Amino acid sequence: MTTAVMKAPTKPRAPSKTRARRQAVLWGWLFLVPLVVLFTAFSLWPIIASWGYAFFDWDGVGPPEVFVGLDNFREALNSSAFWNAFWNSFFFSLGALFVELPAALCLAMLLNNTLLRGRTFYRLAIFLPVVSTTAVIGLVIAVLLAPVGGVVNEVLLTIGFVDRPINFLGNPDIALPTLVVVDIWKGFGITLIYWLAALQTVPKDLYEAAKLDGAGARQQLANITVPVIMPIAVVILLLTFQRSLNTFDLVQAVTGGGPVFSTDVLPTYIYRYAFDANIAAPRYGFACAVGVIFGVFTLIITLLQGPLLAGRLKRSAQ
Amino acid sequence: MSALITPGAGAQAGVDAASQVAGEAGPPPGSPRRGRNRVSGQSRRMRWWHLFLIPFCFIWIYPFLWMVTAAFKTPAEMLLGGIGLWPNEWTLDNFVRAWTTGRFGEYTGNTLTFAIAVVVIQVLVASLAGYALREKTLPGRKIVMGVLVAAMFIPHGYTIIPVFQLVNALGLQDGLLGAAIAQAAPGLVVPVLLYVGFFSGIPNELGEAARVDGAGYLRTFRSVMLPLAKPVTGTVVLMNFIGAWNSFFIPLVFTLGRPELRTLGVGMYNFFGTDTTDWTGLAAGASIAIIPIVIVFLFLQRSFVEGIAGAVKS
Repeated sequence: MTTAVMKAPTKPRAPSKTRARRQAVLWGWLFLVPLVVLFTAFSLWPIIASWGYAFFDWDGVGPPEVFVGLDNFREALNSSAFWNAFWNSFFFSLGALFVELPAALCLAMLLNNTLLRGRTFYRLAIFLPVVSTTAVIGLVIAVLLAPVGGVVNEVLLTIGFVDRPINFLGNPDIALPTLVVVDIWKGFGITLIYWLAALQTVPKDLYEAAKLDGAGARQQLANITVPVIMPIAVVILLLTFQRSLNTFDLVQAVTGGGPVFSTDVLPTYIYRYAFDANIAAPRYGFACAVGVIFGVFTLIITLLQGPLLAGRLKRSAQ
Repeated sequence: MSALITPGAGAQAGVDAASQVAGEAGPPPGSPRRGRNRVSGQSRRMRWWHLFLIPFCFIWIYPFLWMVTAAFKTPAEMLLGGIGLWPNEWTLDNFVRAWTTGRFGEYTGNTLTFAIAVVVIQVLVASLAGYALREKTLPGRKIVMGVLVAAMFIPHGYTIIPVFQLVNALGLQDGLLGAAIAQAAPGLVVPVLLYVGFFSGIPNELGEAARVDGAGYLRTFRSVMLPLAKPVTGTVVLMNFIGAWNSFFIPLVFTLGRPELRTLGVGMYNFFGTDTTDWTGLAAGASIAIIPIVIVFLFLQRSFVEGIAGAVKS
């Protein structure tokens, strides 16, 4: 449209118009310079560079020189600590996809009902954890869950639900599920807003028409709500998945991956090799290799979800 | 998009009240009002949900209630335990301790500096780029847009190490600017796309008119277009300010060994690492970190929520 408007009257006085046009292009490029520079240097180049570093044994002092080929990758893939962190990360995703997503959808359908009073209030309350600093509220929860004096244990003891306090974050068997629950609590509000946004895209008259045809609530859900929100659901699924895989703040702040690495996830695993003050020398090359494996894995899963859901989408559209 | 929250509490309460009144007045003799009656029946059924929702939300926000009230309790009262929220004896000592010896005063300043730097960088860079990219005939536009959109979907994995190296190489490791750039740059995609969308929607005649008045490209942008884009700027500022305030990973990595640069999240982490028993101090520190951002959110929640919702839909 822009071109049509601009080009229509060019013919008679072409020269000045071309000059103005050339100037506009130059200005446009100038306006793009900060973006291109920043984005290339801090977003694109790091992706490429971490691939490069992954082939070196490098502690970050001076340029990487000791080329080790695929050794870093081999070491990571043969390390049980790596796979431990890998499956723990995966466990966070499972919690997000199979608990958080459906639960948030149910609550969104409830809060989407205009007959319910105080919806705005409920929505705000549920959203509150999202806007609070993960590391900070995570530590507050760690205190609430403390075995001695923690509110949760006191309540459980008072109502006689348990005989002895549960060491939520100190017991290697319970720490991971506990953190997954906290993570769901923290991110739930975002997923809820996503679902509410999706539900708002369903035209109201569709429901009216269905009611006239005598469709019940369940039929309306299956034949109207689900098909209409499907395209957005794909995006929500991907966003939730990517967020849940990148759980660093909560784990690092609350348990640091402990006890005995039972809550270690890939981001904390990488962090430990690159930045932990307790290790002798950082192993940037190895950390980069793990980062690359992590990135490739996420990409594969993302690509797997894409066509799968796209196919389902097409089928439901037909 | 705005439909998401437009039925505000007030208007809605009004509707509910009206239907309730109709219900309580008893079934009117004539049939014309049966429709309204059915609605009130449904709304009465909806009321049962409050029995679930109110306790649910109370438990949901309990950590916040605990945090705020514990911050005013004396350490002795905290030691006695108990699940009561209301302090027996109010004290401000915890805040004083957190602010001075806990260095949360310093951390608050750092967090503000960091968040403002992030937001300024993003608004400047994204608005300029968005304005340039609105022009569909700009050579190279497709490449830039393509790379941006692709970058949004490619998982970044963990690329912090090259970023860290780059900031050190640029000599930016001595302040929070390096961390701010590292935080701002990867998050530029959504703001740029928001600005592109907005500027593309402005009718071309407006730019033409400015040019006829003698304004150049830069002047048109600065005096006409950027002021028009205030709603977009508002969304970008709000979302990224909250994001930067709450960010932990980047500030943590860039302030290792530099305690004077710590932000609130990192400071809290170190506070807990050194003193795990001072729970009231921790609650006060947490309140200092969280309450300001929650207030910002509560005042501007509408555009924040709309921003998130809009990001999914588009």
